[in-house]
Amino acid sequence: FSSTAAKPKKETITVHFVQSDGSKFSTTAAVGENLLDIIIDNDIDIDGFGACEGTLACSTCHLIFKQEDYDKIPDKPTDEELDMLDLAYGLSSTSRLGCQVVLTKDMDGLQVQVPTAVVDARDPS
Amino acid sequence: HCVADHTSVDSPVPHVCVVGSGPAGFYTAQQLLKGNPDIVVDIYEKLPVPFGLVRFGVAPDHPEVKNVINTFTKTAKSERCSFIGNVEVGRDITLQQLRDAYSAVVLAYGADNDKTLGIPGEGLDNVLSARSFVGWFNGLPQDRDLKVDLSAERAVILGHGNVAVDVARILLTPIDILKTTDISQHALEALSHSCIKGVVLVGRRGPLQVAFTIKELREMTKIPECRPHLNPKDYLELLDLIPDLPRPRSRLTDLLYKTALEPNARYKALWADAKREWKLQFLRSPIHICGETKVTGIKLAINRLEVCLHTVRKHFKPIFTFICLCPLVYQVLRSIGYRSVSIDKDIPFNMERGVVSHTQGRVDGLIGVYCSGWVNTGPVGVILTTMTNGFETGKTIIHDISNGTLELSGKQGKNDILPLLQKSGVQVVSFSDWMKIDEAEVERGQNCGKPREKLVDIDAMLKIASTAAPSPL
Ligand SMILES: Cc1cc2nc3c(=O)[nH]c(=O)nc-3n(C[C@H](O)[C@H](O)[C@H](O)COP(=O)(O)OP(=O)(O)OC[C@H]3O[C@@H](n4cnc5c(N)ncnc54)[C@H](O)[C@@H]3O)c2cc1C
Ligand code: FES
Repeated sequence: FSSTAAKPKKETITVHFVQSDGSKFSTTAAVGENLLDIIIDNDIDIDGFGACEGTLACSTCHLIFKQEDYDKIPDKPTDEELDMLDLAYGLSSTSRLGCQVVLTKDMDGLQVQVPTAVVDARDPS
Repeated sequence: HCVADHTSVDSPVPHVCVVGSGPAGFYTAQQLLKGNPDIVVDIYEKLPVPFGLVRFGVAPDHPEVKNVINTFTKTAKSERCSFIGNVEVGRDITLQQLRDAYSAVVLAYGADNDKTLGIPGEGLDNVLSARSFVGWFNGLPQDRDLKVDLSAERAVILGHGNVAVDVARILLTPIDILKTTDISQHALEALSHSCIKGVVLVGRRGPLQVAFTIKELREMTKIPECRPHLNPKDYLELLDLIPDLPRPRSRLTDLLYKTALEPNARYKALWADAKREWKLQFLRSPIHICGETKVTGIKLAINRLEVCLHTVRKHFKPIFTFICLCPLVYQVLRSIGYRSVSIDKDIPFNMERGVVSHTQGRVDGLIGVYCSGWVNTGPVGVILTTMTNGFETGKTIIHDISNGTLELSGKQGKNDILPLLQKSGVQVVSFSDWMKIDEAEVERGQNCGKPREKLVDIDAMLKIASTAAPSPL
């Protein structure tokens, strides 16, 4: 939940989520929040999302960006984020971990895709 | 019989039980509860405490990984879910009894055995399985008295997987860091007197086939007061291959290469004052562990990869050429994989793959029996892998319930089973009983500056569980 009663009004932007089944969900979100927070705050139901609670120890918060949105993310992924992403299903060149992506003002209208989980028990090789 | 539609008001409540409370059990339960608003799920667990390898496998210095426990706890606290601990299926209750009481039974009991090498000397005093060693430092009751010998300067770990790396890291991490984790006190005590200065990880394949993940490798490069000691020759040829490998393998290989040949200034500074070191040895298969009672050396066969270095490991076949000796090692840790076993005579088991025989999670020949997690996939992958498999299995069951494949009437779930357990004198542990154990452990931890000090004695757990009035399951 978010309670902004006493605080100064925060800047917000609109974010669109495309679920793995194609359904869409849009919400406004405060600049400075990360995408994991937004998914939790809005009760967006994505199976298993955010298993390690934003501590960079899983890859369940994997999201895929459009190239132009990806390029707008000011913080480039750290080695540790890329290490976790390497274990994600459906990894793409515009993949990020939602818990590591903090919203900025010029990300307004951002559209992120929730990848489809693929059953594949093998480890990456 | 009638086709059960879960939306109809008068259809009987589906009772499903899950055997095992690790990630597979909990993620399957979560999916079941979400997928059908009437379903009731009971989770049976051999130990008095839940969470499987998240509690007894995941390394103590990886507390973030254990955050999944919060979600599992939420699931367990659902009104439609019960945790029934201290019940060993196959011993305290049979699969047939569970099938009689439940519309569906999910086998999610993991892989708590290990693969062996089958070579002479494997039974010597100082040869341990990594599985027991992990159980020992993680407070698994059955391993608390393990004889761990840390009196020599060198330990050899046979295996190049994540478990092997976890074991190496625990042996090499400064004690002051381990002290602040939930590592068991008996292990902390032994490790604080450790003489180990070097750990060698021996693998039968080459640098392109290592099974550990990059996260674990990167951690190894950052252990305080410890440095990698890698033989540049092993990595020289990799450079040209890196750009063409799939991204995960490419990044992993690049990190190996840089660690061996081009560490940056920050790393060099970090490694300068190292007191301990680790090595990777490739293309070696142990064929004889030498010694009378204690290990005095290991004979290793040197392997050659059958095809070129690009070979994906599936196609890999080692060729023995000649033998070398790795002398004077005292602690050998075998880390070549976990193995599942059959826990009940009725379970069809694929001995070759070490998994329950099944087709997409439906156990062969047994209608209403499913499998999930490591008994389904084999002991590979991370929690994410297990989670995906657990969700799939859950969906399969929901599907089978809604299309009428499963028998729903006449099934009373735990109401049928608890009296049987009571009759045979089994003290069952509920989730609120576990909360009492949890509280006691956290309190014990506070006394020594740790997040938790696990109880390692089953009787002690059961005693705490039974202190206040037993809560209704
Ligand atoms: C040493 C080690 C470290 C790991 N570290 C990580 C990590 O850092 N990150 C990560 O993502 N993954 C890690 N993993 C992988 C992860 O632990 C597995 O993917 C996952 O635990 C498999 O889940 P499971 O439920 O199939 O098996 P388990 O976790 O083994 O759960 C099985 C449960 O069934 C119970 N059981 C067994 N027999 C019976 C019976 N007869 N009756 C009733 N209950 C029974 C067991 O007591 C256990 O609680 C690690 C694995 C190991 C071995
Ligand atoms: S929530 Fe686990 S890495 Fe983002």
